Amino acid sequence: MPPKATLSGVHFMNGDEAIAEGAIAAGCRFFAAYPITPQSEISERLSWRLPRVGGTFIQMEDEIAAMAAVVGGAWAGVKSMTATSGPGFSLMMENLGLAIMTETPCVVANVQRGAPSTGLPTAVGQGDMMQARWGSHGHYEIIALVPSSPQEAFDLTVRAFALSERFRVPVLLMTDEVVGHMYERVEIPNDVPVAPRRRPTVPPGEFVPFKPGPDLVPPMACAGEGYRVHVTGLTHDERGYPDMSDETHDRLVRRLVEKILRYRSEITFYEEIGLQDAEVAVVSYGISARVAYRALALARQKGIRAGMLRLITAWPFPDERVRALADQVKGIVTVELNLGQMSREVERASQGRVPLSGVFHAGGRIHTPEEVLAGIEEVARAG
Amino acid sequence: MQVKAKPVPEIIPGAQHPMEKFLRTERIPHIWCAGCGLGTVLGNFLYALDELAWDPDSVAVVAGIGCTARIPGYVRLDTYHTTHGRAIPFATGLKLANPKLHVVVISGDGDLFAIGGNHLIHAARRNMDLTVICVNNFNYGMTGGQSGPTTPLDGKTTTTPFGNFEHSFNLVHLAASAGASYVARWTTLDGRRLQRGFMEALSHKGFTFVEVISPCPTNYGRRNKIGDGLDELRYYADHAAIRHGADPKETEFVPGKPFLVGKFVELDKPTYHEMYAAKVAEMTGGKK
Ligand SMILES: Cc1ncc(C[n+]2csc(CCOP(=O)(O)OP(=O)(O)O)c2C)c(N)n1
Ligand code: SF4
Ligand SMILES: [Mg+2]
Repeated sequence: MPPKATLSGVHFMNGDEAIAEGAIAAGCRFFAAYPITPQSEISERLSWRLPRVGGTFIQMEDEIAAMAAVVGGAWAGVKSMTATSGPGFSLMMENLGLAIMTETPCVVANVQRGAPSTGLPTAVGQGDMMQARWGSHGHYEIIALVPSSPQEAFDLTVRAFALSERFRVPVLLMTDEVVGHMYERVEIPNDVPVAPRRRPTVPPGEFVPFKPGPDLVPPMACAGEGYRVHVTGLTHDERGYPDMSDETHDRLVRRLVEKILRYRSEITFYEEIGLQDAEVAVVSYGISARVAYRALALARQKGIRAGMLRLITAWPFPDERVRALADQVKGIVTVELNLGQMSREVERASQGRVPLSGVFHAGGRIHTPEEVLAGIEEVARAG
Repeated sequence: MQVKAKPVPEIIPGAQHPMEKFLRTERIPHIWCAGCGLGTVLGNFLYALDELAWDPDSVAVVAGIGCTARIPGYVRLDTYHTTHGRAIPFATGLKLANPKLHVVVISGDGDLFAIGGNHLIHAARRNMDLTVICVNNFNYGMTGGQSGPTTPLDGKTTTTPFGNFEHSFNLVHLAASAGASYVARWTTLDGRRLQRGFMEALSHKGFTFVEVISPCPTNYGRRNKIGDGLDELRYYADHAAIRHGADPKETEFVPGKPFLVGKFVELDKPTYHEMYAAKVAEMTGGKK
């Protein structure tokens, strides 16, 4: 009997390794990437793990190729993934769009570092959050998850694959250098469910490849299954054939957006910490939220009732929760390692109902709890 | 005398394309110009598939973007029209994730050698089990006839109005140097040889490459006084010489001069898959 692929049990591993193990547990058997810090441990681990579990690892010639190969791998019926950091993420954008347009389930991990450009190759950043949302051309919705710990990196990698299959979309795992390199306890369950691909339920003659089901997601027929599907990044009709009419285009783009937005409640997760009685709310994610936990405790010691909405899903953003929070608290402080990206979403969702501020740093190091505390105090005083 | 015309039948008996079983007939008429060589490439690719008699569901055809890249869209198989230049890495993913598939890339000279050039040399270096058919029409047809890496010196295009002054690639030499295990070149004049060439490339293991020199009367022939599609075929008839096994270095295409077609490289060397499988067997003690 072949050895069990999933490393069930308790481990001490970093976030990158946890992502690699999450991928294997979720059933990923094709991984293509190009070396870049700080994601290297994901690739390196999969280069020796995948061949042992009947999977394939390939180091491509660049990230454009890596992303294209992942889309190809998914169309061969295999769960496929790539991992990168900022510079490579930029190179992946065009084929990320191909995955969106062709409704290709796959997972892309971005272990964020200081940017723009080559920036800080080995140090933390969270500056790619808006690129995750809008980096490829055209109008689309995207799912992006933001783990705060190695354990969550594992869990969210598994969830990323499940969401990608459920909605036939690329799912982004937007982690950061510190979560990627931080070693912690990671518990891998005995049974990790492998999300099924949505297969056609009718024979080839009756199958209409891009005709959506009632939930707006069409079943997927992969190469070699006898369905002989044409797949194109051009605007296409339900048969998958190019159709350059504005009606078809508008209908297709709306469906690609709607198939995600209609199910927001199944996609958008967050953790609430001390929000019941909060007068000040922190909104944060990834490693920044880990720092903010400590700041909440310090604020409470000083008599400020601080709480946090920790994003687990960055996109789609929890608009409604933030709006409700805006009606409850005296102020909202967004804490992130950029100069204000998710804070713009907080601003949009809270619709001017509450004073806002941000504790921002361009990256290179994480915040100190005192910096976050100062931000909380400022809002508490103003309110 | 008045003769009552018979209504034209929807399908003229006996006038179906002989390869109709491989065509998405509902997508015809195709988008190509009169005199374009791409129909010949498509037809002979289908004849090659037919004669190989492989299980059609074991064949996947991948393209980038361009006039040539529209070929797979007319083929009734699993077909993928991807992004500009990225057909080879997409095909690589398809092949690696399902090694049982025969994966063919059909795309243009600009797609495969300008924006996608890096992928081509690396797939050739790896001896990835893919067949790449490159239609070379010496320009970017789809975007209106701009110059590209194959445009000959002095060639007139919409972006070299005074004539091209950049050196061009010899695709045969480049593919061979990068490590392709089979390299051939034909023109659209010679359908039978084209079909043979496709069949050989498809059945040869590893990275196989066929360059098809093909007229683009609309955007290249017209501007370069070659004339229409038929005139360009006449040009091939007058200038192409078959020389199998010629040194790829000697196969340069220079307008006005004779040029070589034929099979230039045919090597038996381990493919990416064979090398990968051998390593995995070594690592797992032959258990896998
Ligand atoms: C990233 C990107 N850049 C540019 C284009 C525009 N474009 C479409 S086809 C093409 C050139 C195709 O030339 P070639 O591969 O020689 O194909 P042909 O049309 O000549 O068959 C270009 C530049 C694009 N689609 N994508
Ligand atoms: S532009 Fe050139 S390559 Fe494109 S269809 Fe017309 S003749 Fe053929
Ligand atoms: Mg061309």
